[in-house]
Amino acid sequence: MSADTYSLKVNGTDRQVTESLPGESLLRVLRERLGFHGSKNACEEGECGSCTVVVNGQTVCSCLVLAESVTGYEITTIEGVADDDGLSDVQQAFIDTGAVQCGFCTPGLVMSVGALLDSVPDPDELAVREAISGNLCRCTGYGRIIEAVSQTVDGRRDDGSRS
Amino acid sequence: MLNGRQHGGVSVTIATSLEDACAALAVEPCPLVLSGGTDLMVEVNRGSRRVGDIVVVNRVPELVGWRRKGDQLRLGAAVTFAEICGSELESLVPALAQAARTVGSPQIRNVATLGGNIATASPAGDSIPVLAALDAVLELRSAEATREVSLRDFITGVKQTCLLPGELIEAVRVPVLDGPQEFCKVGTRNAMVISVASLAILANRGSRRITVGLGSVSPAPLRASDAEDHISPHINWDGGAIPDEATIAHFARLVAGAANPIDDHRSSALYRTHAIRVLARRALSRVLGRLSAT
Repeated sequence: MSADTYSLKVNGTDRQVTESLPGESLLRVLRERLGFHGSKNACEEGECGSCTVVVNGQTVCSCLVLAESVTGYEITTIEGVADDDGLSDVQQAFIDTGAVQCGFCTPGLVMSVGALLDSVPDPDELAVREAISGNLCRCTGYGRIIEAVSQTVDGRRDDGSRS
Repeated sequence: MLNGRQHGGVSVTIATSLEDACAALAVEPCPLVLSGGTDLMVEVNRGSRRVGDIVVVNRVPELVGWRRKGDQLRLGAAVTFAEICGSELESLVPALAQAARTVGSPQIRNVATLGGNIATASPAGDSIPVLAALDAVLELRSAEATREVSLRDFITGVKQTCLLPGELIEAVRVPVLDGPQEFCKVGTRNAMVISVASLAILANRGSRRITVGLGSVSPAPLRASDAEDHISPHINWDGGAIPDEATIAHFARLVAGAANPIDDHRSSALYRTHAIRVLARRALSRVLGRLSAT
């Protein structure tokens, strides 16, 4: 590895980051160096959550993480939440409930909701609201997003009872 | 050391031991200590801060996690706010857990650390009033030496600390107190808010004292000592009677009188003083209610 190259493990695959500049955020590296454009860049100060990705099982604002500080960690972006070319159940529920309008906040919200449901399979509404409190949506309001979470929870419960 | 890289004349070192971290910091000019990075990266993204050499410390085992020893807690500087508000610490230092839960958003709490909050030394740091009320002690370490400094001596002004070049915060020590605690914060909304005014009130049955720490109303950590002196003897520490309304109102006035706020883009000094008085009364009532109930 040359002196100015490092590796990030994104969606299960090690990827070399070259030609990076000092102080680049994980968001910038994901978007500009590695071509993962699903994580959105809006505020660059942690306010909006549109850049949310999961690092070692926990949501982070990728704009506030120094890219090199997460070498060796498991990074999951919106591109990595579904198997092959399909959609995850959370993504499908967002579509079904009309929780997507302009779509800019959606990748971040899907990451936050996914991480919540991985740790708390049947959260109460307060837990849902707290889990998405760092994700701003200015189109739909939050009613449909919370509905999408309920639909996902119901779907997983039905799957669980069938299997 | 896991990773020591240089690019554009800037090195990023990920320290995996305390010794490595201190060695990496013992050079001229002194590199920046980075933990979660949630404060630093805002400035970097904005272009208002030029990035120099960086030592990442949040993988150093001695800085991660916390332990209890008797009636003392030792919190590693790299303990995250998510770890503080989602653990046994909720019952051991309730006010600190309450404050931790108000920090930023879940995404920020997952990486932002207690040591980072202290080293950033913002008057609005959410942990600061609680740590002031707890008389927290910081363990500082460099390649040559270790020393202990109280939180109130450590933060000397707005974003000013007595941290020396080459030093890092290793841990924060706070007592486990016998008595209810309350943290209150005023801001424009519940989530993602930088505090306009905040306050912690802790009861300590052992010393028969109420302690009060204030946030966002002074350049450095602040205690409302006159208010503490006033209210503590009025409390029946063996349960039962609580102070009358006039005594509580006077307490709230004394707390507000201790505040030394400014006008800025987030609020006015007048409103901050008012908010502190309201919070003081509210938080004390909650603490007293639980004191008499247990």
